[in-house]
Amino acid sequence: MKKEKMNEPKEPLFHVLKRANVPAWQTWVIRLSAIVVSILICSLLAFLIIGASPLKFLGALFDGTFGTSLRIWKLLKGTAILAGISLALVPAFRMHFWNTGAEGQVLIGMLAAVACIMAFRDTIPNGLLVVIMLIASVLAGMLWGFIPAFFKANWNTNETLFTLMLNYVATYLVKYFLIKWTPNGSSTIGRLKYGMLPTILNDYLLVILVIIVMVAIMHVYLNYSKHGYEISVVGGSVNTARYIGINVKKVIIRTMCVSGAICGIVGFLIVSGLDHSITAESVGGQGFTAIMVAWMANFNPILLLFSSFLVAFLNQGSGEIQTVFNVSDAFPSIVIGIVLFFVIGCEFFINYRIVFRKKEDK
Amino acid sequence: MTNNVKLELKGISKTFGSIKANTKVDLKLHEGEILAILGENGSGKTTLMNMIAGIYFPDEGQIFIDGKEVTIHSPKDAYNYKIGMIHQHFKLVDVFSASENIVLGVETKAKYDINEVNDAVAAIAERYGFIIDPKKKVHEMSVSEKQTVEIIKVLYRGADILILDEPTAVLTPQEIDKLFSVLRKMKEDGKSIIIITHKLNEVKAISDNVTVLLKGKYVDTVKTADSTESQLTELMVGKKVTLNIDRTEPNNPTDRLVVDNLCSTNEEGIATLDHISFTARSGEILGIAGIAGSGQKELLEAIAGLQKIDAGTVLFNNPKKDKPVTYIHKSYKKVCQLASEGKFHYEDGTKVDFTGMKKKDIVALVNDGKVLFNEDEVIDLRDKTPLEIRELGVRLSFVPEDRLGMGLVGSMDITNNMMLRSYRKGKSFLLNRKNPEALAEEIVHDLEVVTPSIKTPVRRLSGGNIQKVLVGREISYAPKVFMAAYPVRGLDINSSYMIYNLLNKQKESGAAILFVGEDLDVLLELSDRILVINAGKVTGIVDARTTTKEEVGLLMTKHEGINETKEVQA
Amino acid sequence: MEVLYYILNAFSLGVTFLYGCTGEIITEKSGHLNLGIPGIMCIGSATGCAALQMMYKKGIPDFLVVIISIIAAFIGGAIMGAIYSFITVTLKSNQNVTGLVMTIFGVGLTNYIMHDLTGVRYLYAKKFFRFPFAESKTSLQYCGVMVFLAIIIAIIASYILTKTRIGLNLRSVGENPATADAAGINVSKYRYLATIIGSGIAALGGLFYVMDYSGTQEAYLSIEAMGWLSVALVIFSTWKPIVGILGSFIFGVTMIAGSFLPIIFSWLTMASTPFLKMLPYVITIIVLIITSIRNKRENQPPEKLGINYFREDR
Repeated sequence: MKKEKMNEPKEPLFHVLKRANVPAWQTWVIRLSAIVVSILICSLLAFLIIGASPLKFLGALFDGTFGTSLRIWKLLKGTAILAGISLALVPAFRMHFWNTGAEGQVLIGMLAAVACIMAFRDTIPNGLLVVIMLIASVLAGMLWGFIPAFFKANWNTNETLFTLMLNYVATYLVKYFLIKWTPNGSSTIGRLKYGMLPTILNDYLLVILVIIVMVAIMHVYLNYSKHGYEISVVGGSVNTARYIGINVKKVIIRTMCVSGAICGIVGFLIVSGLDHSITAESVGGQGFTAIMVAWMANFNPILLLFSSFLVAFLNQGSGEIQTVFNVSDAFPSIVIGIVLFFVIGCEFFINYRIVFRKKEDK
Repeated sequence: MTNNVKLELKGISKTFGSIKANTKVDLKLHEGEILAILGENGSGKTTLMNMIAGIYFPDEGQIFIDGKEVTIHSPKDAYNYKIGMIHQHFKLVDVFSASENIVLGVETKAKYDINEVNDAVAAIAERYGFIIDPKKKVHEMSVSEKQTVEIIKVLYRGADILILDEPTAVLTPQEIDKLFSVLRKMKEDGKSIIIITHKLNEVKAISDNVTVLLKGKYVDTVKTADSTESQLTELMVGKKVTLNIDRTEPNNPTDRLVVDNLCSTNEEGIATLDHISFTARSGEILGIAGIAGSGQKELLEAIAGLQKIDAGTVLFNNPKKDKPVTYIHKSYKKVCQLASEGKFHYEDGTKVDFTGMKKKDIVALVNDGKVLFNEDEVIDLRDKTPLEIRELGVRLSFVPEDRLGMGLVGSMDITNNMMLRSYRKGKSFLLNRKNPEALAEEIVHDLEVVTPSIKTPVRRLSGGNIQKVLVGREISYAPKVFMAAYPVRGLDINSSYMIYNLLNKQKESGAAILFVGEDLDVLLELSDRILVINAGKVTGIVDARTTTKEEVGLLMTKHEGINETKEVQA
Repeated sequence: MEVLYYILNAFSLGVTFLYGCTGEIITEKSGHLNLGIPGIMCIGSATGCAALQMMYKKGIPDFLVVIISIIAAFIGGAIMGAIYSFITVTLKSNQNVTGLVMTIFGVGLTNYIMHDLTGVRYLYAKKFFRFPFAESKTSLQYCGVMVFLAIIIAIIASYILTKTRIGLNLRSVGENPATADAAGINVSKYRYLATIIGSGIAALGGLFYVMDYSGTQEAYLSIEAMGWLSVALVIFSTWKPIVGILGSFIFGVTMIAGSFLPIIFSWLTMASTPFLKMLPYVITIIVLIITSIRNKRENQPPEKLGINYFREDR
């Protein structure tokens, strides 16, 4: 019986085929529709769970981001910081080095900056202090990038978990120093009025401009410099890189130092230009979000301005929803999670197509 | 062979993206028949067979087994119809034993007991005369042992229809004979066999009928006994072609590369190169023959500075007499030392003496090409990185076996791949893409590379075009030593002959060529001398003009003077 | 007695890692590098606690409440595993990125759910989770049902992986999916099932940590970090669940070192607490380095780990 059934021709319902060259405009249509659909689904979920009508949901989303000029500036600041962190990840990812340690690299940069303030605050002028802070942050970030790269280059140690563990090491280092710096046991250092960057127009513009300049430099570095070329070769094929005489170890270590240094600069900008303080949660998971941002931008420094804008928009907008509807502060990460699922999933429709098969007449 | 049609294909088509791999192909396989499928690389043989084995699903067409229409949607369906395929690139799990690979995916209610499987494997092996250790791990096996595992795997599952994809490509002539006798035994057992090949002598030796494919289309099916090799070639290539390689006499050969007692071990501490010694001469093609994995790859990589060398020397005779010194940038001290030893002269013949000169002036002299060598220079390439080798002025080109994995970067376009060897030129921090672009255009034009533009990632090109890009780049440096590992693997006939011609041109212009090949016929036709290696040892260097295929085949399996192959066959 | 107390305490804490590690080994054997494990473990605690809350209100017998919340945690994890599999197998997206989004999403959703679950009587539930030694005043109180369950699951997983047809097929899918496919194994089915079951098992770790080991609501905040350690433990255990039992104990010891060491060494002050808490992460880094330097063929990850399979790839 079973055998006979097997011999009957059965038609598959559909078949998946790889797509050849898809025009660029089509890929963007697919990605944009995924984003729109996912936001609509979020609003639907919000309606079912917290009873917010979709109109109110979308209203709050845009009100929280574009409602006042301060909110717009905050959105731009959020975009800039996120773009800065994912910018740091891009060279490492292009080399296929899975740096999941941006969180710790930024935090250690912040810690170095704050440590400089603590050490020199009343002894040297502000301008000099800012310069020293910048150097210290860059070096600290570099160190946090160098350590995993050194072991990856020499013994192929798993960099994903290594950098991840270093995040926690950085977190506890911050906690240790916070205890040390606060003899009263409060473990919070408050707003430090030292080592502040000058401001243009408002607190945010200078930081935003610095990030934009860094994006431009990185674009040139990756696409037009010999270093950038070496990164692409190592990422494309380690054996080819060895074959043409590239010192692969050197490239891995150098690139991760660049990656860590940029994280350090971002850490410095946060301390010196924005927060003027530090806690163990100062980076707040942006190091992870930056990984998605870089991936969505296809590791392209210019495109990541747009992907970080999207994520910053969702983050700030759903934060507004959270306050308006008085729900848990975890709400933004749920919304971002759902949207990212759709953005990741929609790549399928860019790379593959489904062919439904019709039965032919015999 | 009976008259029952076991398997029939009608109007099978398959496209990949924009490439039509098969167009309306028909095929008939009788019970107890050995059918050869003949076609050059890229003619769609493997794709067609993969559709019978359930790896690919046809876009259109019908498959009949024993006269009934069937749909083969997955390899599992194929097994249910008793179809088994032995793929060219073996489908084996490296860390599993032979038996574990053989029992993989078998669906039965019986309790899983690896010892029972071992016994069953041994029984099949005995019946057909295989020699196999069921417990041996695949990664410890030779290529022919792996093939044996693949064949037993198919038999263990009780296949009636066996498909073998290019089974002889990796075997020695003696192993091929052995395989063919096994296939004849299976045929006597009533099994139907399809064998894919592009070698005519094998078609003649084993098959009952031949089906010929050309560019994905069905051409004809003929009785093997009634056809000649030249008729089959014509069917296969579509036009009358004369396939001869011009072999010129080496022009004034001098020793270019002297390899002496070269030893190397791999990561697991096993010797991959065992006291290898030979000399490659200018204007000569030295063929390198051996079973796959005998150390060919390691040898070329050791010369190119990509493998650690434990002992021995690789001496490169740089024909530098009366040529200017070029490598001052990185080796200023060495140049001064050689000058003090009196190794250089000026154009007018006077001796070079740097004593009392400033560094700046010395550098200027050398950079202007005023300092010339007295005689040819001998450089030991051992323990030098590829970069150091190049900076010493050694023009060594290398076309590795794994084109996209080692020679090129698949995700980069042709221009960027052209720059791989030259991007460091100049002091600027930024890249110069002008010259590589010109070179890319030139190669695309001269070697007839089929590509939408030079901005296309090389991964998207076909195998032959990828190889042209790689060989073109390597030739553009006017090499003194040109090494190529399996340069025509996977290429169609026209591309293959273009590569052979390019090798011959390099030979005429005085390069020493090291050519690792797997097709003994080509090696015998193209090379001047053939170096045969087995298990990392040189088992013989023969004159390609006088030796025979059998002699080379025996050397390929020779162990320390004892001929094991003969014993096995006896 | 003191020593035994710490040993059993460490072992019990280690069970959290053991669930995560066993689940991830099963998943990785199929070729899926699931970096969503931390999020999945969080979800396990959330769905398990939510079920407990709901059932408890309905007056269902206590032991059933425990069983139901274990099942709920498993299902919560399994759903996350199914989402991951759908995105990576059916939609063929990048595994690393998908996993990280799973973690962001899972941690967020858990915070959201747990935030409102303050009414759960954690200490009350702990009593039933620690059956049969819940009333024991000795160190044995750490040996509850879920500790044994973890060990049994690890042993069964080990047996299936090494001694059965299913295990052989599963390993081949992770080592070389093209080979498995050609041998008639349904690669997608194996990847789906291994990931779903593995995620379900990992999710139990989250439930165990909140309900049994700590018995407090805010415990869910530390699960993410423990999830990452579980993923690292997979490398330490060289993809063998039996070694994972030992490894999880060692990880448990380093985790409680923070409260253990100050008792022995009185010079350790309050200020050094962060360094003691840093210990498990530093030790994990050292373990990663040592295992990579002692690079042996049999201790390698599945060959095609992290790589999606598409049959018609050419």
